[in-house]
This record gives sequence, C-alpha cells and structure tokens, in this order.
Amino acid sequence: MIEFEQVRKIYPKAGGAALDGVSLRVAQGEVFGVIGQSGAGKSTLIRLINGLEKPTDGRVVLDGADVGALPPAGLRGLRRRIGMIFQHFNLLSSKTVAQNVAFPLKLAGTPQAEIDRRVAELLARVGLADHAAKYPAQLSGGQKQRVGIARALATNPSVLLCDEATSALDPETTDQILALLADLNRELGLTIVLITHEMEVIRRICHRVAVLERGQVVETGEVADVFLHPKNAVTRRMLADAGLEDDAIPADGSALRLTFRGASTYEPILGRIARETGVDYSILSGRIDRIRDEPYGQLTVALIGGDVAEARRRLEAAGVQVEAAR
Amino acid sequence: MDSFFANIDWADIGQATLDTLAMLGGSLALTVAFGLPLGVVLFLTGPRQLLEQKAVHAVLSVIVNILRAVPFIILLIIMIPLTVLLVGTSLGVAGAIPPLVVGAAPFFARLVETALREVDRGVIEASQAMGATPRQIVFGALLPEALPGLIAGITVTAIALVSYTAMAGVVGAGGLGDLAIRFGYQRFQTDVMIVTVVLLLVLVQVLQMVGDRLVVRVSRR
Repeated sequence: MIEFEQVRKIYPKAGGAALDGVSLRVAQGEVFGVIGQSGAGKSTLIRLINGLEKPTDGRVVLDGADVGALPPAGLRGLRRRIGMIFQHFNLLSSKTVAQNVAFPLKLAGTPQAEIDRRVAELLARVGLADHAAKYPAQLSGGQKQRVGIARALATNPSVLLCDEATSALDPETTDQILALLADLNRELGLTIVLITHEMEVIRRICHRVAVLERGQVVETGEVADVFLHPKNAVTRRMLADAGLEDDAIPADGSALRLTFRGASTYEPILGRIARETGVDYSILSGRIDRIRDEPYGQLTVALIGGDVAEARRRLEAAGVQVEAAR
Repeated sequence: MDSFFANIDWADIGQATLDTLAMLGGSLALTVAFGLPLGVVLFLTGPRQLLEQKAVHAVLSVIVNILRAVPFIILLIIMIPLTVLLVGTSLGVAGAIPPLVVGAAPFFARLVETALREVDRGVIEASQAMGATPRQIVFGALLPEALPGLIAGITVTAIALVSYTAMAGVVGAGGLGDLAIRFGYQRFQTDVMIVTVVLLLVLVQVLQMVGDRLVVRVSRR
C-alpha cells in the first residue's frame, strides 16, 4: 500500500510548489491513475514513490516505510521491489533485449542460471521470445515498451510505476500495452500507479483516479464515479477535451442527464417508461461505452409532456441516475 | 631515385618509427588510464549529476583547464624535474612519456566528460529506479552506453599525441618528428622531411581508420 501524507515538493529554482499538500492512498492490487496536464506535478508525484525525488514536506509511505527518510542502501532495496516503465522506454541501447531484461537481476546479484531462466520466462510473457538477441534500435515502439515492462518485472516487484508509458505510442499499440498491463494486474495482483494526460488511458484500465492540477489533487475516486459525475471544473474540462463529456447543453434546466451502468445499459428502460407515462423524449446527446469492463450509457434528454415527475421517479427506481444537465 | 634519397639512413628511420610507436603506445595507455577516471569524476560531480559536488568539480575543472592552457612545448620543459623524478631521465622515449600523459590526459578527460553527457539521462534514471549503486550505474550503464563516443575520443587523443611526440624531440625524445626537425628542417634534408611526414601521415590515417571502424562496430543506435 502506498500513502501520500500532505506531501509538498518545492524545487528551489522553479519557484512555487510542484506538489502542494497531496494526500493519496493507493490500495494493494489496484490500478491507480493520476491524470493532469503537463506541469501539474504528475512526474514529481510518481518519482516520490520510489525516491527518485524527495518530499520537501510530508511523507510518502510504502508498505510502512517512509520512502523519503530511507538511507541509500534501504532505498536501493525498496527500488528493487518497485518496477518502473517510462514514456521513452529508457532501454540500454548498447545491450540486447535479453541483456536489458537481465540488467536489474545482475544488479541484484542473481545467479546466472536463474537470470537466464527468468529472462526467457519474462520475454515469453510479453511476447518477445523471438527478439531476445536484438538491440533496442531494431524494435518498434510497442516492442520497446514490452522490453521495458519485462525489465520492470524482472525482480518480481509488487508495484509497477508507469510514467506516461503509452504517450509515445500510436493508438493501436497503446491498446495492446494497456491490455498487457491490465492482464499483469489481474494475474500477478500487481499494484499499478500510472500517470498520464490521456483520459482514455484512465478509462481503459484504472480502478481509481486522482485529478491533479497545479500540484493539488482536485478530485479523486472510482473512475466510473469521476467520469460520469465529475465534480470539479478541471475534471469536466479534461473530459470535454477528451470528448467524454458534453459541454454544449441548453442551460435552461429542462434537460436531464441519465446515467445507466452495468447490465441496465442495454435494457430498453427509457422507451418503456416513456410509453407508460406518456412522456415524449428527445435525445440531445449521448454515448454508450465501457469503463474498464463495465458498460455504461449516458444520455442527455429533454422530457416533454405527460407526467415528467413520475417518469423521473420510475427511471430512478429502475437504477438510472437522474440529474439536471449542466 | 638514389640521389633523391641520398640523405636517408633507413636504419635511423626504422628506429625513429619504433620510437614514435613506443611513445604513442605508452602515453596513450597511460592517458586513458588517468584520463578516463578523471573524466568520469568530472561528469559525476558536475551540475545536476549523480554525485553532484560543486567544490570537487570546480577544483578538477580548473586543474584540467590550466594543464590544457599551457602550450605543450612549455609543458615539456617545466616538466623536466618531475619527469626525472618519475622515470629517472628526461631523455628518450621514457623521458617523453610523462609530459605526453600530463598534456593529453586532461584533454582526454574532457572528451570523456562530453561523451558521458551524451548518454540519455533517462537511462541513468532507469538504472537508479532499478536500485543500482553509483558504481553499478557507471560500469553497467554509463560506460557501455558511451562506448562509441569514448572510442572516438581515444582516436582523437591518439592523433593529438602523434603530433605531441614530434615536439617531444625538443627534449631529446627521438622519434619521427625529431628526425623531421633535426635533419629535414635544420639541415635542409628535404628527402628526410618528406619520408618522415609521409610515415606520420600513414600513422594518423591508420589510427583514424581503425578508430572509425571500431566506433561503427560498437554502435547499436
């Protein structure tokens, strides 16, 4: 478990705080996303977890250890239990794929026979068994990130940190890498903390999300809650930018926003209730999609005529969340 | 043909060639032995680097700059007492090597520092994130990643040393440069001048070619 307690980080030369009183809790085995625009403090936040940066104030606690207060040897030990992957992969260009994956094991003094066995196993896991003898320059971006993942997992860490891990990849490759990360989370119970500026990444694999803006967490919670019912203006703007939130609804209060989650997404609830109550509806905007594996639908509708209050009551009774559209 | 090469004593030329190669080999090996660690320390203690140490970096940097600022011909002469202390003589191949190393090692150290700066910072950060010690980062990541740049630096240094060995003739070091100055220049023996310069040219050419090939061979980018 990872815990941020009122963490502040100030870079003396930059002026102002990169992180300003951040408190967070990442549970064992979850995929936790931190989203924010560039300069929001994401990079600093993720680097505090493995001690690449030290907090100016407050504490970052990982499995009971205060990361910022560890002596160098203790910090190195901790880092062997935390894998990290990077936007630009950061592979050693002078070493082969197999040697890159072997590197953290060599650092830890693992016997050669054990290294060979583990490297073969990891490369098979990330689908690169045939590329062991190649150099990074001979690989595509997606393949390089797979090497990065294999390398990060070599020492069997319990936590994986992803620093904009898919930001340099094309959409299709991004999908494959995210699917691999989701599999690893499920199969190994790996805790994943990722930072990104892409809402899509959060939607695809995160359980919970924190929205970071100018060094502060402005909103945090289950991804579905934050996405479907964003409370903060920053979150709404980011969702709108990603095309996941409507920002052009008539503001006269007549429009309602209906949110369907889970199996009810696919049921003909709206049509049935409209028929029963004699209410007409027109759909102003809407979307049906998934957050991780959970389907959801979100419609902005205007209800006209008939018994609108009754329609609204019945919708809520059927498990649909109804709120005034903003 | 015979009359043109009238002044040439091929045995002298052969001996001078061997002397030049011995000076070059000896001084290059020692230059790398001293300059490489110095360059690594210069890099590591530099601003925003792994073992940032402002004072250490500033002191080393000034020493390196002083040694690089002194013209080699002056260095040769002011080094004489130290050279005698170190190798027992200021003459011949042995007497030339200490000033050559003192002249070339700071130069090579700067080339090492530059080559290490070319290494992607992300690679260093990734190594740190894996729990590498500074020593493991230097030997496991930095030096292997910088290898092409280091070999190019050794090549440049070797060629600079070839021209330094010619000046070392001034303090009686021997070698092809010495022959070119004493016979070719001071006694107007143009044929000796031509032969020695051609031999030096061949040496420089071979060094550059071997260096370039090695760089290509170790480059994986």
